[in-house]
Amino acid sequence: MKKTALLIVCLCGGLLLSATADFPDWGYPSSPASTHLSNHYIEKSMEETNVPNLVTAVLADYRGFDTMFETAVVFCAGLACLLLLRNSNHKKDRFYRHVPTGVILRFNKNSTREPGGREFENMDAHWVPDDLIIMTVCRILIPFIQIYALYVVAHGDFSPGGGFQGGVIFGSSLILLAISYNLRTALKRTTEKVLGIFSAVGVLLYVGIGLLCMVLGGNFLDYGKLVKVLPVDPGHIRALGMLGVEIGVGITVMAVMVVIYVNLASKGQHDEGL
Amino acid sequence: MIWLIDLIVLIFVIFSAIAAISVKDLLSTAILFGAYSFLMCLLWAVMGAVDVAFTEASVGAGVSTVFFVAAVFNTTRRTKD
Repeated sequence: MKKTALLIVCLCGGLLLSATADFPDWGYPSSPASTHLSNHYIEKSMEETNVPNLVTAVLADYRGFDTMFETAVVFCAGLACLLLLRNSNHKKDRFYRHVPTGVILRFNKNSTREPGGREFENMDAHWVPDDLIIMTVCRILIPFIQIYALYVVAHGDFSPGGGFQGGVIFGSSLILLAISYNLRTALKRTTEKVLGIFSAVGVLLYVGIGLLCMVLGGNFLDYGKLVKVLPVDPGHIRALGMLGVEIGVGITVMAVMVVIYVNLASKGQHDEGL
Repeated sequence: MIWLIDLIVLIFVIFSAIAAISVKDLLSTAILFGAYSFLMCLLWAVMGAVDVAFTEASVGAGVSTVFFVAAVFNTTRRTKD
C-alpha cells in the first residue's frame, strides 16, 4: 500500500516537473503574466496612488476588496480556534504561592474559595522557577520588537511590510511574553476580552473606511474621496487611506495570533501555558 | 553566481522538506518545518519578492513554529505511523 502511494506521488511529481518545462522563463517579458495588467500597475501606480511600494498599492488599493476578505478569513480562523478549543469550566486543583514567604497553598478542584490579599499569586501545577536571564532579556527585547512592528505597519507604503507582517510581529512579541514569563502574566496585560474586541475592531476599521468612502460619494474603498473629511494634500490621500486599512489588518492579525496561541498552549483553559 | 546560491538553498529546502515528513519526533518536525520556511524566505528574497519573504519569515518561520510546538506539547510527541 505504501509503495503504491509512493509510486503515485512520484508519478504526479514527475508530471508536474515536466509541465514546468513549458512555462516561460522567470521574468520573461512577453509571458502572459507580464503583458496584460502588470504593465499598467508598474507604469501608472505611482501617479494614480502616490505609493512607492507597488506591492502595497496592489494589495491595499487595486485589490483592496480581496484584502478585506483575507482579513475576515484571519478573523474567522481566530474565531474558529476560540470556539473549538475554549473550555472554561474544566476544573482542576489550583495552586497559590504566598510571595513573601514562598509557602504554597493547594486548593481542591471542588472548592470555590480564593486566598485573600495581594501577596498570593496563582501558579502552575508543574511550576518551574523563573529564569532570571531569559526574563531580563525578553523584558528588554519586547519593547523593541513592538516598536519594530509599529514601524513595519507605518512604513508599509514605502518599504516591504504592511499590516499583516506588522501584526504578526506584534502578536509574536506578546507570545514571547507568554513563553518567557507565563501565560497568566501575558493574559493580565492583554485580557481575553481585549483580544476579542481587537480582532473584530480591525475588520470593522477596514470595512468602516470602505463605507466612509461610499458615504462620501465614491465607490467602496475609493480612498480618493476621503479628501472631503481629511485636511491633507489630495496627492497623498490614497496613501493615507491605505495606511488606515493596514492598521485595521494589523490589529486583527495581532489579536488573532495571540488568541490562537493562548488557546493552543493552554488547551483552551487560559491558565497554564508552555 | 546567483544561480549557485539558488541551487544550494534549493538543495537545503528539499532536504529539510523530506526530513520534516520522515522524522518520527513531532517536535523535530516543527523545527525542521521552521527551517524549511526560513530557506523558502531566502529564496523569495533572492527572487526579489521581499514582501513575500517578509511574510514567510514572520509567519512561516516565526509564529507557526510556535503554534506547532504548542500543539505538540499538548498532544503526543511521537507520531503513530
